[in-house]
Amino acid sequence: MATPAQDTVELARRIRAHCVRMTHHAQASHIGSCLSVADVLAVLYRDVLRVDPARPEWPDRDRFILSKGHGAAGLYAVLAESGFFPPAWLATYGDDGGRLATHVVRYGVPGVEFSTGSLGHGLSVGCGMALAGKREGRPYRVFVQLSDGECDEGSIWEAVLFAPHHSLDNLVAIVDYNKIQSFGTVKEVLDLEPLADKWRAFRWAVREIDGHDHRQILDACRALPFEPGRPSTIIAHTVKGKGVGFMEDKLLWHYKSPTDEQLAAALAELGATR
Amino acid sequence: MRTTFINTLSELAAADERIWLLTGDLGFSVLEAFHARFPNRFVNVGVAEQNLTGVAAGLASCGKIVFTYSIANFPTIRCLEQIRNDACYNELPVKIVSVGGGFAYGPQGYTHHGLEDLAVMRSLPNMTVIAPGDPVETDLATRAVCARPGPCYLRLGKAREPVVHPQPPPFAIGQAIRLRDGRDVTLISTGGMLAHAMEVAQQLSREHRVDARVLSMHTLKPLDEEAVHAAARETGGIVTVEEHSVTGGLGSAVADVLATMDGARVRFRKFGVPDQLHHQIGSQAYMRAVCGDLAAAVRELLA
Repeated sequence: MATPAQDTVELARRIRAHCVRMTHHAQASHIGSCLSVADVLAVLYRDVLRVDPARPEWPDRDRFILSKGHGAAGLYAVLAESGFFPPAWLATYGDDGGRLATHVVRYGVPGVEFSTGSLGHGLSVGCGMALAGKREGRPYRVFVQLSDGECDEGSIWEAVLFAPHHSLDNLVAIVDYNKIQSFGTVKEVLDLEPLADKWRAFRWAVREIDGHDHRQILDACRALPFEPGRPSTIIAHTVKGKGVGFMEDKLLWHYKSPTDEQLAAALAELGATR
Repeated sequence: MRTTFINTLSELAAADERIWLLTGDLGFSVLEAFHARFPNRFVNVGVAEQNLTGVAAGLASCGKIVFTYSIANFPTIRCLEQIRNDACYNELPVKIVSVGGGFAYGPQGYTHHGLEDLAVMRSLPNMTVIAPGDPVETDLATRAVCARPGPCYLRLGKAREPVVHPQPPPFAIGQAIRLRDGRDVTLISTGGMLAHAMEVAQQLSREHRVDARVLSMHTLKPLDEEAVHAAARETGGIVTVEEHSVTGGLGSAVADVLATMDGARVRFRKFGVPDQLHHQIGSQAYMRAVCGDLAAAVRELLA
């Protein structure tokens, strides 16, 4: 593996560069969604999650589920940068016969906890993992990264009901609230507001942060659980496409793949090379 | 069957700490003993089948063998995508149990008729599908499902099904049980229709000198193709018998085998629930009449 990133800012920059290269290579969608979670992924994998690339199946590892499975490039990138598998694999993203599908795949990819892609699945699975840990007195924690549009799914709210009932304070839901979903803004399509109040009403302990401010992300994660006996929600206010100026806050980049010129421009802005 | 299931599961759980039982708020007066005995491995998830299945997958990913329990279509079709993605795709030992297959909840209307579950579950890769024929098979199937890796579907009747097997037969997933031999025709039965298939076989022998082989095809997937081949080679016709839609269930599974069998020339009939909307309600016995008359169907096939 290449030299580890010096800090989370450097790691996030590398994740973003990988994501741009990968979506360009695969001519895949969802670059905007990958870029909006890059900072949270960097801080989690570098400074928060108790995971060990040498022992990806270590029973007491913290679990991370990317329930917004369309952010797969971001997850693969941070896993590669963390030493779970060679960064060279990233260049095979979406390839014919390759292992890195453009929605998160666990099969054959060390470090991936759970295959996702259809929205609204990961929080229930995280509840099961957290319940096993709780009832057996194991020390691990479970982090589930959701998207905002994903919160339209009824199954999310089944899980949101479940976790506080079982006092799963080892469970953390992070909402990537970039305010843009598939067909428009969240406000236009199906308004989630007041989002934090909804989670609070279901008896989760909630903090809202700037999801691109590494200090705020780390402080929130170090304060977990926000209240003993309750699951925690981090609502991360983010910008879709963050880090690449011409992609920021644009619905188009939920779908579009960068052209060669756009790749070059994006990498230049990220201070990276092809 | 549900009482046999829970008794056997309790016995297995006493010996294996990996076994958990989750319910979607159903099983009143059935599951309490398990809950009392293994409180740490029992969860009533509430009326939330998607979460039921997702939580089961999460537990299973932590090394547990997790049974999900509900009735009719709730643990299957209601949460089909969680089964497909979370259990099958992630290759996890989630064991889905549905009570009330077919018309066991007949008076409660179409919402509670389990008529498409076998077809749907059989279509999922990595899924084992079992519908035991009587309480004896239910006991054996529960043990087999527990020991088998990966997701399984166990489709049960409800209560007071007759015991068909006087002694526990040898039981293996994917191997049909021959309860009666005969050369004129083979009745291949799945699930709770087994007792009826046996009665009809005896009646055919007594009244019409028709000598019927009876197979309990408790496993729909993987199907015992060899038993189907043998029936086609050795007997004069095949009738599949199921309390399920004739589309996609046992009849379709057997037809698939026959269609690709070298040199197969066999008379074949699917006996089951016609593929149409059933607005009727009634007891299980009453509702089964929508399938027609099995003895008449066999005689018609052989005529």
